[in-house]
Amino acid sequence: MSLLAGARDWLDERFHWAELIAPLKKKTVPLHKLSPWYFLGGITLFLFMIQVCTGILLLLYYRPGANESFESVQYIMTRVQFGWLVRSIHSYAANLMILTAFAHMFSVVFLRAYRKPRELTWVSGMLLLFLAMGFGFSGYLLPWNTLAFFATKVGTEIAGQVPLIGHGIMVFLRGGEDVTGATVTRFFGFHVAVLPLLTTLLVLVHLALVQYFGMSVPPGVEARWKASPAEARQMKFFPNFFLRELMAWYIALGVLGALAAILPWDLGTKADPFASAPAGIRPEWYFMFMFQTLKEIPAKVWFLDGEVVGILVFGAAGALWLLLPFFDPLARGRGRKFIMGAAIFALSYIIAMTLYGYKPN
Amino acid sequence: MATSQIKGLAGALFLLLGMALCANTASAQAQNTCLDCHGALDPPLQVTAEQFASDIHAQKGLTCAGCHGGDPTKADTDAMSKAAGFRGKVQRSQIPELCGHCHSDGAYMRQYNPSLRTDQLAQYKTSVHGQRLAHGDTKVAVCIDCHGVHGLRPASDARSKVNPLNVAETCSRCHSNAEYMKEYKIPTDQFADYSKSVHHEAMVIRGDLSAPTCTTCHGNHGAAPPGVGSVKNVCATCHVFQSQMFDKSSHKAAFQAAGLPGCVVCHSNHDVKHPSDVMLGTGPGSVCVRCHTPGDRCDRATTAIHADLTRLKDAIQETDGVLAVAESSGMEVSESRLGQDQARDSLTKARVTIHSFRKELVDQDIQAGLKINATDLQAGNNALRERTYRRVGLGISVLAILIVLLGLRAYLRLIEQNPKSESHVES
Repeated sequence: MSLLAGARDWLDERFHWAELIAPLKKKTVPLHKLSPWYFLGGITLFLFMIQVCTGILLLLYYRPGANESFESVQYIMTRVQFGWLVRSIHSYAANLMILTAFAHMFSVVFLRAYRKPRELTWVSGMLLLFLAMGFGFSGYLLPWNTLAFFATKVGTEIAGQVPLIGHGIMVFLRGGEDVTGATVTRFFGFHVAVLPLLTTLLVLVHLALVQYFGMSVPPGVEARWKASPAEARQMKFFPNFFLRELMAWYIALGVLGALAAILPWDLGTKADPFASAPAGIRPEWYFMFMFQTLKEIPAKVWFLDGEVVGILVFGAAGALWLLLPFFDPLARGRGRKFIMGAAIFALSYIIAMTLYGYKPN
Repeated sequence: MATSQIKGLAGALFLLLGMALCANTASAQAQNTCLDCHGALDPPLQVTAEQFASDIHAQKGLTCAGCHGGDPTKADTDAMSKAAGFRGKVQRSQIPELCGHCHSDGAYMRQYNPSLRTDQLAQYKTSVHGQRLAHGDTKVAVCIDCHGVHGLRPASDARSKVNPLNVAETCSRCHSNAEYMKEYKIPTDQFADYSKSVHHEAMVIRGDLSAPTCTTCHGNHGAAPPGVGSVKNVCATCHVFQSQMFDKSSHKAAFQAAGLPGCVVCHSNHDVKHPSDVMLGTGPGSVCVRCHTPGDRCDRATTAIHADLTRLKDAIQETDGVLAVAESSGMEVSESRLGQDQARDSLTKARVTIHSFRKELVDQDIQAGLKINATDLQAGNNALRERTYRRVGLGISVLAILIVLLGLRAYLRLIEQNPKSESHVES
């Protein structure tokens, strides 16, 4: 008896292992020409796991604080064995994770995978995307470099523009009126404790929902399969789909390694709170479309402050986007086309404004 | 009439009288009949209202009468009558005394600008200009030649002729005019030389208002050429360390004995160029060769210093190149970059120490710079080795990933040959 079979028997004897993994063995994935989009969620999950692992390794050396953050990251990059690799992979994987999460979200929208009964899967996924952006925002400041310092200053200032509660939010985020060492320790707390806890819980909920409802079949394919059941095809999740997913993970790992080895993530210069803001202050790319929009809005829109209008519009759009599955059933025919049109517009707008934001002056 | 009504009427009358008096005073202050005519006259008698309004004196409330006498509140000849104290055009020879009348009065000037010096007239009298004026030469500069008149701005104003940016050009109006300066038998190429100098570059191109201009070395109101013995002291106001080194060197006594004016022997006076290492030794561009002969003891020493400086300069350049390559490859070498600044400081210090003309002192700075540079070069080379190591590691990892991918693909093909792994959905 092999060692593996022995272990399996040992587990089976105590926990009825075979029964536990039986649903996984039965799990299938619909097989059609749009099936590759199913990989995006798994890649995002893989990148999140990389974040957890590299984040834990970085925690061994990182020290938060205005006088220590930059130096400790510099130490990681120069002195710690493979510190450069861990930090670069952590930074690149963070960005790739948000990219794949965005792609996953839009694929769900365009394939209308959010529709009944998967409304809560969509909501949990959207909340995960918001949390990922929160991870990005809080993590960006942690090296305490010039660009991050001023981007955080601008970002928290924008949050401060929210009517009524804005100033409170800003002070809460900053740990005072200004971005200081207190902000770093606060962001560090969010980044390594609050957000991971919430994200882990939500990831478990999201995965449980995906497991419970199975993969959604796009409406067109579903209709065709209903009309002609002989055409319906599916693939075993384990091992067929899982091994394909594993291949995608390996490719992602290779991309991350190549980026880290060829272009290690830049450290920049240490933040100087008393220096004037350098030219070209910009947030992380996934906030760029919002940042650029706020820059383009006139100072006054009717009698309201332009920035406040922008924040309110983005807030309302975000809320509508979050609740998309709940009013989708109300829309029929032209209404559905309108939703698809709005989604195409949102995607085009995000891409266009992001590119515009990076346009050299 | 009730008492209260009488009081009210008296109050109103008092108020009206007060208003009339105030209006009269304001009218007298605003009235300057001089400008009515002189604004319309042709130069040199022309003084426009705009010109006068830009004058610092007018802005402080002074009128034409302050210098020319008369009464600008009266019209025509009454304003320029002797009874009104009219003095008319001030003679050039009297201008310094006239200006000094107020500007040498500390108590008077304090009310306008307490920080302004009041020794200009006293200094002027010690200047070549002042002394020649005292001997009846009215061609020399008096206050208005440099500061202007009827549109005079404070020196802090960039449009002022005595603003540091404009001083050299102001002096050059006379000192570069060969015809005008003919009788004084002094060169007129100072401005042309200064315009090519490192000092001019600092002032005009870099906008460094603390850079030297004519008045920095010659004085302003007490302008005179520094004597042979005091040239070094003039340069030392800025170049302190070089001066201290020179004072302790063997050259000081030698220069004094030969009647040579210190710094300018090697660096020139108006045409001070960027100092360069080639000034040492007896090669092309050397300044030592003016006194020393090739192969003598000093030539050997300065040639060796030159070689040391070149060694450090080249070493810094090489390390900068290595660090730049490492940095552009994303390697973290900021600490070494900072270290290179210290190596450059050592090179600068060595170039200052040259003024001691002692090789062993220069050597100390050179060695300090070389030591820092060696550490940074090692760090740069380590970074490049690390870069290669990373890329080799990446290559091996990519190869391993490719093998795994191919293995997975092959395994999938193998298991999917079995049709049971893929089945039709039950309707």
